[in-house]
Amino acid sequence: MSQDTVARALATPDQPQPFAELGLTAAEYQRIVSLLGRRPTDAELAIYSVMWSEHCSYKSSRKHLRQFAEKAPPTTALLAGIGHNAGVVDIGQGYAVTFKIESHNHPSYVEPFQGAATGVGGIVRDILAMGARPVAVMDALRFGPADVPDTHRVLPGVVRGISFYGNCLGLPNIGGELAFDPCYAGNPLVNALCVGVLRPHDLQLAAATGPGNQVILLGSRTGPDGIGGASVLASASFGGDGEGAKRPSVQVGDPFLEKLLVECCLELYQAGLVVGVQDLGAAGVACATTELAAGGGTGMRIRLDTIPLRDLTLGPAEILMSESQERMMAIVAPAGVESFMAICAKWDVQATVIGEVTGSGRLEMSWQGEQVVDIPPASAAADGPVYDRPARRPASQDALAADDPARRGLPGDGAALREAVLLLIGSPDAGDKTWVTEQYDRYVRGATVLAMPHDAGLLQVDETTGLGVALATDGNGRYCQLDPYAGTQLALAEAHRNVAATGARPLAVTNCLNFGSPEDPAVMWQFTEAVRGLADGCLALGIPVTGGNVSFYNQTGSTPIHPTPVIGVLGVHDDVRRRVPSGFTAPGASIVLLGETRPEFGGSLWAWLAHGHLGGRPPRVDLVAEAALAAVLVAGCARGLLSSAHDLSDGGLAVALAEACLTGRTGCVVTLPGEPASFLLSESSARAIVSVRQGGEEEFAGLCVEANVASVAIGVTGGSALAVAGSFTLPLEELAAAHASALPALFG
Amino acid sequence: MTVRIGVVTFPGSLDDHDARRAVRCAGAEPVELWHGDSGLHGVDAVILPGGFSYGDYLRCGAIARFAPVMSEIIPAARRGLPVLGICNGFQILCEAHLLPGALTRNRALRFVNRDIQVRIENAETAWTRRYRGGQEITVVLKSGEGAYVADQETLARLEAGQVLARYVGGNPNGSALNIAGVTNEAGNVVGLMPHPEHAIDALTGPSDQGLDFFRSVLEVVAAA
Repeated sequence: MSQDTVARALATPDQPQPFAELGLTAAEYQRIVSLLGRRPTDAELAIYSVMWSEHCSYKSSRKHLRQFAEKAPPTTALLAGIGHNAGVVDIGQGYAVTFKIESHNHPSYVEPFQGAATGVGGIVRDILAMGARPVAVMDALRFGPADVPDTHRVLPGVVRGISFYGNCLGLPNIGGELAFDPCYAGNPLVNALCVGVLRPHDLQLAAATGPGNQVILLGSRTGPDGIGGASVLASASFGGDGEGAKRPSVQVGDPFLEKLLVECCLELYQAGLVVGVQDLGAAGVACATTELAAGGGTGMRIRLDTIPLRDLTLGPAEILMSESQERMMAIVAPAGVESFMAICAKWDVQATVIGEVTGSGRLEMSWQGEQVVDIPPASAAADGPVYDRPARRPASQDALAADDPARRGLPGDGAALREAVLLLIGSPDAGDKTWVTEQYDRYVRGATVLAMPHDAGLLQVDETTGLGVALATDGNGRYCQLDPYAGTQLALAEAHRNVAATGARPLAVTNCLNFGSPEDPAVMWQFTEAVRGLADGCLALGIPVTGGNVSFYNQTGSTPIHPTPVIGVLGVHDDVRRRVPSGFTAPGASIVLLGETRPEFGGSLWAWLAHGHLGGRPPRVDLVAEAALAAVLVAGCARGLLSSAHDLSDGGLAVALAEACLTGRTGCVVTLPGEPASFLLSESSARAIVSVRQGGEEEFAGLCVEANVASVAIGVTGGSALAVAGSFTLPLEELAAAHASALPALFG
Repeated sequence: MTVRIGVVTFPGSLDDHDARRAVRCAGAEPVELWHGDSGLHGVDAVILPGGFSYGDYLRCGAIARFAPVMSEIIPAARRGLPVLGICNGFQILCEAHLLPGALTRNRALRFVNRDIQVRIENAETAWTRRYRGGQEITVVLKSGEGAYVADQETLARLEAGQVLARYVGGNPNGSALNIAGVTNEAGNVVGLMPHPEHAIDALTGPSDQGLDFFRSVLEVVAAA
């Protein structure tokens, strides 16, 4: 059968097309027909089906995401915001930083190793497309219970994939998260973050401007990876010999090629040869061409048969949809093509002119001399369908909120409390993550000042001035299940705290919103609440959302995951040489608990681990208190008053104290100003523990009073045990054994 | 006189940036050498940095040893040019037969990045003379194929002074005789699995105890 062309589409207006198999509704298909004034060709149908997918078009979320712009706090730091490949913020001294977090959940469940590996590769190219040198990655990971067999298939594969790709790419992995919950058993969350550094004038945009400029595809050859739906077209067009079914639905990554692509692109940018650039990720060539042309307000003529292939049997629709990794598309002035090609040759990166920019306002593509695509590019890239999906708060939320875990009874005496602390610190959730993190290179590039297990990753940006950036990601599905609005703000607040704990000023936010099906009104309610919570929270804290990613359909059958927005906060550190680590470093320092502790156990790690209980209200959100706490932490660092700072979150003061002791290999003796169990296990927000340098106690107390942050000296660092006066004493050796064995006991 | 130390960049080299930084920090001038170079630009010493040269496809270091720049480095090393191979660079030196033995997958079959202690066993080489024999230093191990292997005869020969450094406090990867690094007989070519260039200051590394590798060669070159 010959190829479907524009001419044939005109001649055969009534030919049935497999739009439903490609994930388009009948209404969406009709919309394409009326847009074009005819039926689409197979190639055009391929473009619309991927560009109007939830993943690319944000059709269910877009209406709500507008709040991030509408409620954005005033800022002069934002150089590029939502809608770009990644947000870019000015951090001063002539530097800008770009960062973004993105999900690769579904591929990582199907094929953990490649799914996670290509998740890293994809987010790195997003950062590269902004003109930045990628400088570090982080990963926020969530799996089913650590002791079920499938987690032993998924987790080691995911970690090995991240390790393989990130290490081989030469990017330090400086932090992230690892959490477990039954709700992720059939749908793990693999969210990858990348951060890059650039000079503000090096900013690149995804815009194909200048008719006559050449369109160059560089990097890997195009193969049949991740084509998914396009096989429907292939079998429909070519008589269905079943070949499509044998193709992998998960892409395969080659980090070595990506490393060359990174260095090659950076050299091309430096040489001033790139007019516009776009990475190829989801929806491959279809996405890059439509977005570049739409971004430039131009047209484009592409010869699809010039694209280098790994599989010569691929047709236009498959080429357009292929998600082959390690590819970029650049717009280059004709006079620059020769120099462009020379740099690509130096790096052994294949580069091919596949078309040119036109002034027609149409995206035209040919295949073996015949026109197979002729569409307005913005109709696919920007003007897709937008849905206002019904959202309904489930009635069950009330019963959930009323079921407070405090009723289950807190540990009654010192011995019980001691056991509770061991239970927490020895759990996979709060246990030592070294089994995972030591598979990642944290040192490459020589700029890592803090990484796991500290509160945030901290990178040095300028060696002479000490300017740096701190990054943390946080999310808590349990809190969000109880109250998605508050839970999302708590995640934001925690990341904000973590960044401030190192001494960095929080500056900007990225987010990865992991939810179930948007077609489920209860999920849509969770989503709208989470977005509203994040937008309000960012406004209150004065830090803008610069970009992010929405991942829907995270569910097993009809059971969605807990709503799990993962929030990344970036902060600026004025002098990384003054960084504050999370562990107790020296004996004799006064330990101060900052913030108010209330009896708040809803959604807590203790309730979950001790009772398998999830209910009640999450901790109260107080963003004014969060901002004040951050100010105290940053000032304490700047004045050199702190020898350690650690935020309180999952597991409350119990876990924070234990971690501070273990990380710094120094014990402590504390006396709690209230009932020990309540003080140790509550997860009240806006809290941190710091150890104050000797002689700085008074000045630091003054800072707290000035900022209106409650502070109470609870003890002193030193000794070889975690001792709580009047309650229990835990030798560090015993604590360390429980902590260290949490993951190795399960994963070998 | 400024000592000029070449740092080779192969496609897939990753710690070249860090090696140049360490060279600068030690007081020498780093010179970028490209894998396709047909000369050494008059450098006084050469570092083959860590990474995944040529993707480590086929076998770690197996392709890199055939790079054009290696056909300059190999004879120069045999004539006495100080050469340090770190991690992937160590693998390349073994593949090039400038050093005996080979590096294989870690015993646990996982990549491991850990701050570790090594004992300097031979403080006479061009790259270790600022250390004391028996000195224990903290450096960074980060490799997936760091287990040193050699036949019994070679291992016995190495024990007579060619073991450069040994892991102490546990063997992190299954290396024979806890070997972390070896030297050739002449003491100018040294291969090390852990990374001294990631331990040049306490801000970005676990210690500054790796810096003397780079300072040592400075002294050697300056004295020559």
